[in-house]
Amino acid sequence: MIAAYLVLLIPLVGIFYFALAGHRADTGKVNVRFNGICLLATIWLAINVLNQGTIISSGKAFLIDPFNVYLIVLTAFVGFTTSIFSSPYMAHEKEIGKLNDRRLKLYHSMFQGFMLAMYLVLTTNNMGIMWVAMEGATLATVLLVSLYRTPESIEAAWKYFILCGVGIAQALFGTILLYYAAVQIGDGENALLWSVLYENADKLNPEILEIAFVFLLIGYGTKIGLVPLHNWLPDAHSEGPTPMSAVLSGLLLNDALYAVVRNKMLVDGATDSNMAGFLMMGFGMLSFLVAAILLHRQKDIKRLFSYSSIEHMGLMTFAFGIGGPLATFAALLHMTVHSLTKSAIFVTVGHAAQLAGTQRIDQIRGLIKTQPKVGWGLLIGTIAIAGFPPFGVFTSEFLVLLATMHSYPWLAPLLLLGIGIAFAGLFRHIQPMVYGDRPEGQNPIAANLWPVTIHLALVLWLGLAIPGFLANWFSQATLLISGSTPL
Amino acid sequence: MNIEQLDFYTQAILSMAALVGLTSFLMLGQGRLLRLIFVFAMQGFLLTLTTALAAYSLNNHHLYISAVLTLVLKVVFIPWMLRREVLRMNMHRDVEALKNNTAVMLGGASLMVFSYYVLHPIVQSSSVVMVNALAVSLSVMLLGMLLMISHRQAIAHVVGFMSIENGLFFAAIVATNGMPMVVELGVAFDVLVAAVLFGIFFLHIRTSIDSLDVDLLNKLHEVDK
Repeated sequence: MIAAYLVLLIPLVGIFYFALAGHRADTGKVNVRFNGICLLATIWLAINVLNQGTIISSGKAFLIDPFNVYLIVLTAFVGFTTSIFSSPYMAHEKEIGKLNDRRLKLYHSMFQGFMLAMYLVLTTNNMGIMWVAMEGATLATVLLVSLYRTPESIEAAWKYFILCGVGIAQALFGTILLYYAAVQIGDGENALLWSVLYENADKLNPEILEIAFVFLLIGYGTKIGLVPLHNWLPDAHSEGPTPMSAVLSGLLLNDALYAVVRNKMLVDGATDSNMAGFLMMGFGMLSFLVAAILLHRQKDIKRLFSYSSIEHMGLMTFAFGIGGPLATFAALLHMTVHSLTKSAIFVTVGHAAQLAGTQRIDQIRGLIKTQPKVGWGLLIGTIAIAGFPPFGVFTSEFLVLLATMHSYPWLAPLLLLGIGIAFAGLFRHIQPMVYGDRPEGQNPIAANLWPVTIHLALVLWLGLAIPGFLANWFSQATLLISGSTPL
Repeated sequence: MNIEQLDFYTQAILSMAALVGLTSFLMLGQGRLLRLIFVFAMQGFLLTLTTALAAYSLNNHHLYISAVLTLVLKVVFIPWMLRREVLRMNMHRDVEALKNNTAVMLGGASLMVFSYYVLHPIVQSSSVVMVNALAVSLSVMLLGMLLMISHRQAIAHVVGFMSIENGLFFAAIVATNGMPMVVELGVAFDVLVAAVLFGIFFLHIRTSIDSLDVDLLNKLHEVDK
């Protein structure tokens, strides 16, 4: 349990350290260290869970089970590699005069604030605190979206703030309804604890829970970026600093989906109908298709990949909606490979935009000739995210397809169509960017591409052979969510 | 059921629900910003009264803390901050001509009916007061959203945002006698931080577009034109 407290304590110290110490030349590296130590703590926590099974803290405030512990490790890992990337990236931004010391101080402090909110969403056992932490994540990142203080970035941040704030308020209403259903079966102060709710799920009033789930899905769904609540997402991703886009896409969206799935487990326990699942399937499929089509119309490279995030989050929501062991397993795997791939892509996209001095797709050209590492990184990342074998995204998408064909065969063509459209949308934009001649005056920049290499290697590994302990872990989480194992 | 047969607390809660709903409608049709902020503070005050009443009747001491928090945040701090912003921007004489005022008010009325419709399934399992209270809170939330849609000033958006929070708070107090203390403190903390952030944003928006009319924030599009 100490490990769990450490995971929360380290970023908390980080917030105050960066806020008080101010920006110095080595702040980026200190940020890497904070995230590195946190990663070690999460691995320690994961080993604990592997040995002892589900851990509940003595005050029942925190709950670590196989489902959230793997997301905690993933969060720490992506946070760590993103901070490695962020260090030279932010130094470059300062060099070209886009940022000053004060804003970098805010950036590092809020980076830790965001990480804290993410860990709190994942570790807490209290559905109310989960909401508070989710809103906290918005509040921590909203000033980072407008970090450059351009009119566009301020507009994006305002939109992000208002849309996510109003959206997440729906989730609070859902949580209140959940609590209302819970107090009817007693136990006031503990009634919002997930472990208590889950044990008594069959006694909860199904009518109230169904209404509650609609609000919870809309609320957290705004954060996942489900169509038609997705408007903030491309704006926030494209106008904020790139490390922020990497963690927003790789972590925030996952954690919002995590919150929905936790609530779905309760609703499924209370009702006999698959109403929660159908809602998630509908919203997921809609997001998947709409985002795939919108990929074609993008002119900004970061907006392009944020629509790709919406598409993949839609697919995961759809897969969790199908339920059943196979689809759940696929969705968990997809969450992992998508976070790894997407954050790697945003790292290369950040460097590509710095090389070209713009984010406009039609002005980024000849990346491979300018700086092969960046060009190839972007190309391989895109191949991976588009779902080509042998990368892990292929495996998980294939499993989703299998599960769909098994349960709802008439939806399989739509799924294939969406994957095809998205693939075409990505490659028509990526191909001219990476190939072709190098434009005049475009010179290589300092870049650390280790995060990209590690992420893509992991995704490749997951595509070729999922290591035994990880597969075991996924099946434990699947067992928890869907009630049986796929293997 | 006859309303006189209910106990005093239930009757009081029902009237409070009606008054809170009424303030939402008053805000909806309000074109002057200072008056809008005043009505918002009134709504906060009604919430404080409701919370204190619930704390007294149910002998639930932690609700007194919630009442004080509401009073400080929603009746004093946020209205004060917004009022200062309006005076600083010299907007207190402007009357915002609302487009389709009639349609907006009718829309508000139908949202209220819709809220009752949404919560109809729980009529069997809950008392009349609960259904009414939940329906009014839901409609306060929806009216807050409508307020944000129909007004153009960033200040009105913040009032709408905060009145959505008010609706949630009312639901939490009346239907469940307050959420667990730790959650309530967390929510209050979030509201406080949000209010401070809104203050910072006003500054940024003002320096960026020299106005607080959010219709001028229109540079980003879903697809490029």
